[in-house]
Amino acid sequence: MPLIEEKYRPVAQMLLSSGTCPRCVLRFCCVGTYSPYRLPYKDLDGEMQTYVAVSPGDTADPRWVPPCKKAKLDISIENPGDNFLIDSSQLNDKNDAPSLRSCNLCLGILQDLSEADFIKEIFQTVNSAGYEFKDFVFSVSLPAQMSVREHSTWLQAKQEMGKHGHPFEKTDVIQLKEAYKWITHPLIAEELGVQAVSKSSFEVAVVFAHPETDGDCHFLAKTCKDCFKPTKNKLSVFTRMAVIKALEKIKEEEFCASFSYPPQCPVTVCKVVDLQCSHASVFVAGRYNKYSRNLPQTPWVIDGERKMESSVEELITEHLMAVFKADSFNFSSSGREDVDVRTLGKGRPFAIELVNPHRVQFNVQDMKELQKKINSSDKIKVRDLQIVTREAVAHMKEGEEVKTKCYSALIWTEKVIQEEELQALDHTKELKIAQKTPLRVLHRRPLASRLRVIHSMRAEYVDEHHFRLYLKTQAGTYIKEFVHGDFGRTRPNLGSMMKTTADILELDVESVDVDWPPALDD
Amino acid sequence: MAEESQQHQEFPSVVDRYFTRWYKPDMKGKPCEDHCILQHSNRICVVTLAACHPLLQNGKTIQSISYQISANCSRLQNKVSGKSKRGAQFLTEFAPLCRINCTDGDEYTVYSCIRGRLLEVNENILENPELLKEKPSTEGYIAVILPKFEESKTVTDGLLSQKEYEEIVLRRTNATPDTS
Ligand SMILES: [Zn+2]
Repeated sequence: MPLIEEKYRPVAQMLLSSGTCPRCVLRFCCVGTYSPYRLPYKDLDGEMQTYVAVSPGDTADPRWVPPCKKAKLDISIENPGDNFLIDSSQLNDKNDAPSLRSCNLCLGILQDLSEADFIKEIFQTVNSAGYEFKDFVFSVSLPAQMSVREHSTWLQAKQEMGKHGHPFEKTDVIQLKEAYKWITHPLIAEELGVQAVSKSSFEVAVVFAHPETDGDCHFLAKTCKDCFKPTKNKLSVFTRMAVIKALEKIKEEEFCASFSYPPQCPVTVCKVVDLQCSHASVFVAGRYNKYSRNLPQTPWVIDGERKMESSVEELITEHLMAVFKADSFNFSSSGREDVDVRTLGKGRPFAIELVNPHRVQFNVQDMKELQKKINSSDKIKVRDLQIVTREAVAHMKEGEEVKTKCYSALIWTEKVIQEEELQALDHTKELKIAQKTPLRVLHRRPLASRLRVIHSMRAEYVDEHHFRLYLKTQAGTYIKEFVHGDFGRTRPNLGSMMKTTADILELDVESVDVDWPPALDD
Repeated sequence: MAEESQQHQEFPSVVDRYFTRWYKPDMKGKPCEDHCILQHSNRICVVTLAACHPLLQNGKTIQSISYQISANCSRLQNKVSGKSKRGAQFLTEFAPLCRINCTDGDEYTVYSCIRGRLLEVNENILENPELLKEKPSTEGYIAVILPKFEESKTVTDGLLSQKEYEEIVLRRTNATPDTS
């Protein structure tokens, strides 16, 4: 069975004689199956030479000249990101003929950089980063000038095919990235024991650069000025996207006049300039109780100075960060309580995003033990600790606005309380109040007057100046302001209803009626 | 008075818990027209009348309160929007906030005393002027002002602390027996 379709033979001859590697020849001959790419490079090279030299019932193209032989070249990795250092010496020591050059299209990507030795180097550093993963995405970023070289080659191949009456679309060419995956995925699977897949929560991202040929793109800036506008965060205006856009715009004649075929074979191969591993965020949810009146929910810092020693957020996340080995976290919860407010009952739902976790495989038992560790604190307790999806966290935030909340408050009144007045409170249902944004948060929130509903109240007499008030309210009701009135800015307020000055001495959240995350049995 | 302070001993009031009191005595040189600024720990300031203000003394009855401080400036027209409180009127120390007329013909002007943006005025005292007399330091407040962030520490520089103010009041009371 022939390696490539007969009609592509002239293209194969043209490319091979101009310094293109046999794998790139396969690509431009639109070979869409992976097995030929996976042939050992030498074997494929041999087969390709034979194929183009002799053709059945035909003599070889008179223009055909044997190409230079592919040799092993330097692989050097500069400026590796994230402390990944790859020692290239092992790859260098089988350097045999330094005068020989790399493929003029893939710049070595489908040559040395597809060999097991190189892949091994890459994945030794991945392994040493200490991530836990079941499969992964291998993503590759290629130098932008490759697109210029491919474009030039495609124009030439199209012309060659046209001579024989065959159309040749750019999309027919097999993408370099695609071919690279076909070759490297089995090698990676062998090295790591896990599969490279198209979708995974773990990603290995390699950035290749090829400084020797960077100049290839520069002529495009003259022909297509508006494609290359400087942006703040990019080092070069010649990004892959900008180059592709410019290539779509430029006229064929103009392109050919500026960039002649065939592109030169470089002496170097691409180098790895960055290698990043990243794991998608893992979300952990639960419900917390807060038993301290001196504990803020999140770190309390004013003018760079800590006002309180700890926080609910820190007491929970310090344990999570230690076992998940994440880079950072984001804490969110269904509402929040003030520093002096306790949260009792079944607690307040919370979720924590762990960003770039290195450890992710935890079973039910592991989570229980983690919960136990968190609960060694006497200031907070956590229940229903579990790993959840990102979507489920959105569910928690939705519940925040619509659900009711139950509170218990210790009330002081200036005047002596009569029992009947307390009974009147018990009978007050669905009380509508207008709350202006409390003065205590007005510096950071817009000024507005909001209608809130106190669904029900129940009062328990303590002594002639004190009683305990249980309230069930609409989410978003400011309880302290409902009690003391906030300079008359919440109306009616408990004081105005009882025709006295009222104040709140203690406040506890009794329940946050959001039925998420699901309860777990202990 | 004594009874009330006893009840407060165990637990400070809302004003004492969250606010610092600052005073401007004899505003614009008018004797005893003392203003009291309550500054919240979040820098927000509430303008109130100090207890010594003539308006709050026995025998005075408020006839009208007006936030219309000139023909074309009314504090009631102040509108703020968004977190950054866009559209607020900017006030300097001597910006008048409102004028209060008494049944005896006396008129008092209440001033801002601090620089900042006007967030709101107390419309409740328009419906119920008695609030001003009954609860001058809470429900009878005059206005809420937000000083500039960078001026939040210095905005009260021209005002007296509680202690400094008490000394002035003491000196006044010591001086009065001779004159009356
Ligand atoms: Zn190639």
